Amino acid sequence: MAVEIGIKAILAFIMLMGALNLAGLLTWVERKQSAVMQDRIGANRASIFGIRLLGLFHPLADVLKMLTKEDFVPRGSDRLLYTLAPILSVFFAIPAFAAIPFGDAIQIGERVIELQVANLPIGLLYIFAMMSMGVYGVVLAGISSNNNYSFLGGLRASSQMISYEVTLGVAAMGIVMVYESMNLQEIVRAQGTYLWNVIPKWGVLVQPLGALLFFVAAMAETKRIPFDLPEGESEIIGYFVEYSGMKFGMFFLTDFLETVLLSCMMATLFFGGWQVPYLYPEGFHFPWGSLWSMPHLWVILLGIASFTLKVVFFCWLLMTIRWTLPRFRYDQLMRLGWKIILPLSLINIVVTAIFCLR
Amino acid sequence: MSTKVMHHRPLNFWERIYVPEVARGLWVTSRHFARNLFIHTAHRLGLLKHLQAAVTIQYPEEVRPYAERLRTRHRLTQREDGSPRCVACMMCETVCPAKCIYIVAEEDPDPNIEKRPKSFDIDLGVCVYCGYCVEVCPEDAIRMDTKIMNIASYSREGMWYNMDRLLHPEKEGDVLLKPKT
Repeated sequence: MAVEIGIKAILAFIMLMGALNLAGLLTWVERKQSAVMQDRIGANRASIFGIRLLGLFHPLADVLKMLTKEDFVPRGSDRLLYTLAPILSVFFAIPAFAAIPFGDAIQIGERVIELQVANLPIGLLYIFAMMSMGVYGVVLAGISSNNNYSFLGGLRASSQMISYEVTLGVAAMGIVMVYESMNLQEIVRAQGTYLWNVIPKWGVLVQPLGALLFFVAAMAETKRIPFDLPEGESEIIGYFVEYSGMKFGMFFLTDFLETVLLSCMMATLFFGGWQVPYLYPEGFHFPWGSLWSMPHLWVILLGIASFTLKVVFFCWLLMTIRWTLPRFRYDQLMRLGWKIILPLSLINIVVTAIFCLR
Repeated sequence: MSTKVMHHRPLNFWERIYVPEVARGLWVTSRHFARNLFIHTAHRLGLLKHLQAAVTIQYPEEVRPYAERLRTRHRLTQREDGSPRCVACMMCETVCPAKCIYIVAEEDPDPNIEKRPKSFDIDLGVCVYCGYCVEVCPEDAIRMDTKIMNIASYSREGMWYNMDRLLHPEKEGDVLLKPKT
């Protein structure tokens, strides 16, 4: 029993450290990538003993700044909810990572360990539940700040996130129908089969429309440009306008954690998770018949590397989108959500059902 | 009526479904990303120095080239013996729109020169850098060609430049930054 708990603790530690560090690193990536995209250099002044290291110390400097800043509570605000809002925001972003499988089952002696913190049969529903709870932090921040602008931001956030949650769930249902499971590890395993023995049966190939719709809807859930209506930093600053110090930092961290979570979901549901094409537990089986056998540990490590690479790629793609597109207008956002994406995802479900049930 | 009516072309089908246009935008930005990342990496390795990856001028270390006619911090020109060329005619003090020049005149011991400044102060905290004082000076005694741009002080008194500071801009704490070549 103690060993079981110890293994789970180690897995949780790995996943938590991975997610949080990637989220922290994304603040650096956001600065540097936007700079490189726009022919600039980007933040590079933070230094320790004159060592600048491409500005990698800026996240550290940010954290130091946020921890030492004044923790301001506006007059007339609801002190309890005001303090609770950022905590809720982060709290519901982190446990969603528990259901993400980051590697194949590893065999040590007699023991088989799934490289996943919680091997839930309803992993997909669990992640959706956590993502929809995330809206509470935003709405409470909007209500409790006693500020019209943050109230507007909270209002926009609730309508936007609830609108796009519908599409998010419906778009992912196609995947559930194709792979006949809600368990994310099972979904990833099922993506290891091949169409006509050649093409990996990844979600993006059997559900291209579903992948696109899921990506757009999940991007709206992360509340970043081009769906940053709740924040809208050029007009209302958004739900966290009154927050300062580490409370603001927690909202900031939530944004990046959700970006990482979205990348993990895209990789897991639509891009084969930890699957490497033609890699089986005993080594590479190429479709032309040749075999390249590999030790068990190597196969596992290759799987983890493949998953990490996919997640990093999607983080990059999200950053590129964030620094390329302008924000949607509010009516455009609602029209896109209710009149375009939702019907398309319903059509996607119907077509998938016809193919699955025939 | 001066209103100009703009006739925008209605978006066609491919533009209205967003996705191709979004992909086109992403193509532009990621092309910049890939090119600049490649050149930045090459610069780290000491290669391709002739290609420019970023247009950034890293200010305290590098300074953008200044134009010749740029109006910068004032200085008082000197005669060959080191005394100021100024004859305290009060032209600059009179023309100054910000009223930031304060001259006190006294009699010059040289019989060929009528007056000289006893004190010549400019309050740079008030100066608007219009250059009228330079234009109006009959003796070419005041110029704005020091190329000193970073004038700053922790107090209002520190912005007060007396005759000694104006005569010897090179002695000042203000650093003359070398323009990027």
